[in-house]
Amino acid sequence: MTPAVSVEAVGITKRFGAFTALSDISLRVRPASVHALLGENGAGKSTLVKCLLGYYRADEGSFLIDGREETIARPADADRLGLGMVYQHFTLVPSMTVAENLVMSRATVPAVIDWRRERAELESFMAQMPFRVPLGADVGGLAAGERQKTEILKQLYLQRRLLVLDEPTSVLTPQEAEEMLTLVRGLAHSGSITVCIITHKLKEVARFADEVTVLRRGRAVGGGAARDLAAPELTAMMIGEPQAPATLERRGGAAKEERLLVRHLRTEGDAGRPGLDIAHLAVHPREIVGVAGVSGNGQKELAEVLGGQRAPAGGEVIVAGESYAATRAQAQARGVRVLPEEPLRNGCVPRMSVTDNLNLRSFDRDDQGRPRAWLDARAMAERARRMIASYGVRAPSREAPIGVLSGGNVQRCVLARELDGEVGLLIVANPCFGLDVKAVAEVRARIMAARNAGTAVLLISEDLDEILELADRIVVMHAGTIVHETPAAGADAQAIGAYMLGSH
Amino acid sequence: MTAIAQLGAAAAASPSAAAADRLYPLRRALETLGAPLAALLLAAAAFAVLLAALGKSPADFCALLWKGAFGTWFSWQNTLQRAAPLLLTALCVAVPAQLGLVIIGGEGALALGGLAATVAALPLVGAWTPFVQITMAIAGFAAGGLWIGITGLLRARRGVNETVASLVLSYIGIALFNHLVEGPLRDPASLNKPSTWGIGDANMIGPVPGTELHPGLAVGVIACVLCWVLIFRTSTGFAARVTGGNLRAAQLQGLPVARLIVLACMLGGGFAGLAGMMEVAAVNGRANASLLAGYGYSGILIAFLARHNPLAIIPMAVLLGGVGAAGGLLQRRMDLPDATVVVLQGFIFIAILASETLYGRFAWFQPRGKA
Ligand SMILES: Nc1ncnc2c1ncn2[C@@H]1O[C@H](COP(=O)(O)OP(=O)(O)OP(=O)(O)O)[C@@H](O)[C@H]1O
Ligand SMILES: [Mg+2]
Repeated sequence: MTPAVSVEAVGITKRFGAFTALSDISLRVRPASVHALLGENGAGKSTLVKCLLGYYRADEGSFLIDGREETIARPADADRLGLGMVYQHFTLVPSMTVAENLVMSRATVPAVIDWRRERAELESFMAQMPFRVPLGADVGGLAAGERQKTEILKQLYLQRRLLVLDEPTSVLTPQEAEEMLTLVRGLAHSGSITVCIITHKLKEVARFADEVTVLRRGRAVGGGAARDLAAPELTAMMIGEPQAPATLERRGGAAKEERLLVRHLRTEGDAGRPGLDIAHLAVHPREIVGVAGVSGNGQKELAEVLGGQRAPAGGEVIVAGESYAATRAQAQARGVRVLPEEPLRNGCVPRMSVTDNLNLRSFDRDDQGRPRAWLDARAMAERARRMIASYGVRAPSREAPIGVLSGGNVQRCVLARELDGEVGLLIVANPCFGLDVKAVAEVRARIMAARNAGTAVLLISEDLDEILELADRIVVMHAGTIVHETPAAGADAQAIGAYMLGSH
Repeated sequence: MTAIAQLGAAAAASPSAAAADRLYPLRRALETLGAPLAALLLAAAAFAVLLAALGKSPADFCALLWKGAFGTWFSWQNTLQRAAPLLLTALCVAVPAQLGLVIIGGEGALALGGLAATVAALPLVGAWTPFVQITMAIAGFAAGGLWIGITGLLRARRGVNETVASLVLSYIGIALFNHLVEGPLRDPASLNKPSTWGIGDANMIGPVPGTELHPGLAVGVIACVLCWVLIFRTSTGFAARVTGGNLRAAQLQGLPVARLIVLACMLGGGFAGLAGMMEVAAVNGRANASLLAGYGYSGILIAFLARHNPLAIIPMAVLLGGVGAAGGLLQRRMDLPDATVVVLQGFIFIAILASETLYGRFAWFQPRGKA
């Protein structure tokens, strides 16, 4: 196997226009170690590794690979040096199968591919991996978690000497994350690869990282051996102040009538996966119903049906006592809001400005809720300004395309938009993916506040801890159906985990 | 302190995107102008090399191009006359493009629009002129709108690829046009060039009052301005841009995606049909093969040159109208084959498509500010 490399960044500075995303960053990643890169949303973590991978060109500074200064001007250079990365946003070709994606990603693909031999090799490669993805499945049909696994498998398949993982575990279940990180740490410590991992999860840092570097507002502000740094210290370094533990206050109980009622809902299955088949699901005002489950068991489909992105094959969805087909008029009249997973892909127009994106819910209504034919640019700018301020969104400009914002800031924008105003029913899918510790506390507090104010909340999450913390009632999804339901108070995490795996 | 109060305090303390970058929209506009301009220069340079290889002088070529397109009042008129239908056929591409659709069937919609306008006028010859003209405009608009509207419907309801559908429908439309003009609707007196009966001199639209300009020019400019307003200033236009930018986001917002698609296609096709009507009412006086002069295809080129911005279509249409107007002069004076101008257009088109990759490359055009 190829031996692990050491990587050193010296005085890296990166500007976007007049905005300095990185200023004078220096750090050393020892060979065959796991190095964690921490920092709050928009600190510049992704930008730094993108410079290393040749995706951006640093304005100042240089990178030393194994002690030799290397110019990495384009991704192909990084490829040649054996540097690979799993990006925060997906990069696989959706219309090709997993096997095709893997083979085509190699730097040298033969003109004529012997698919039978490639498949046999892929299968034996897959057999050594801690998790598996169906080789014949189209990538576009995979759930976020499975696609993330494929991205990681791809890099391992390419036999990298340095592997950068940008928030790799945000879409994995705890078990999967554990297995994946154990695997890459094993690879690192055996000397075959160096790993640089960006994460917001301090538990992972403590368990899997050897060394840590913390970024804040584009500067390296600290770091050291992971075992010398406790979580509170790291948090203080990241946000520049000690973190006050947030307390979630749950006020009042669920109302009697259902705000959301789903009956006998079915969808067509795709790519050999069963479709949805939900006999009964209800959410009441002033109640958070948590939907637990392993990624790919129908949660994505459920959110899509409720959000109007997928047509059901049968059954009914009732909101506030009347049938609901997710049209704009219905959603506006009954206050139905959706925070989808992968918000940039599912809920934003990347090329349009932050202001426009913050107004997607309300551009066609005036203050009294009457339809308006003309856009009110001033009101839109004002609304955007208010949301940006109250959610602490960091953006280079309100007129910048939302696609250039950091992952966490996109998430905040969508959240600000969907929680704005009167919300009757809130459907959220993995609301805390990619958020820093402070933002996670913020978002959970906002969801709880909406609940306390009378909103019915359907919380779809792959993070069982999050569900246990927020939900009033928990349902477990497996293979497209609801297999278990329990009040959250006194729920048994072990039993829920067993239902999630379908082994109950 | 409750969690929410803490949030408020934290948010107030964190400096957000307060320092708004006021000049950014201006720089973005400059970028939109600069990229096609660079592409044009590049295409011109490549074409000069080709000319030199043929043993012709690029300098002469430029001089003649200028003279034929903009050098004299006469050439200006010729240029603007050609630009007039191009404004409208470019809208046939640019309006659906807001929804991410690539419609290339403008030629057929123009032909059918012209034919429908003629047919509508025939029984009315002798009636009050404005009434006849308005009826013609409505008929032309409706025919073009219907034709591209079918494409939109196929796309929205059946998921048929709109580019292929519009092209095939365009061929069918042209065949239908030829069949009717050469058969049932043919004026037996038109011997060399099969044509329909004329709409009558009284019903012809004169030049823009006070000038000798093609009246279609005014119609086209007004249509471009109206489309710009529709796209960038109204809720419907905003919804269309959202749909074009990300279909999934549009669905999540409950926007009427199918309706928007059909509407945009009908509107775009309507403009192409109107172009056909103007050609009949202002130039030819009857429907015949003169309508099939490639305006629909040049419109595609112009819409892409203008990056589907209706206001940018105006200068681009004049530019390409000029290239077309200079064609004859170039052929005669430089002894070039008549496909030369088409080759130049091809060069421009390729360069424009390639220039798409320039956007976002230069930091100077990007948003600035402190975060
Ligand atoms: N192409 C770009 N143009 C302009 N600004 C950019 C661009 N890319 C990133 N930025 C800005 O640089 C800053 C750092 O972004 P980056 O994506 O590196 O953050 P991050 O640390 O990865 O945050 P997160 O945890 O949210 O992913 C952000 O404020 C972002 O808006
Ligand atoms: Mg990031």
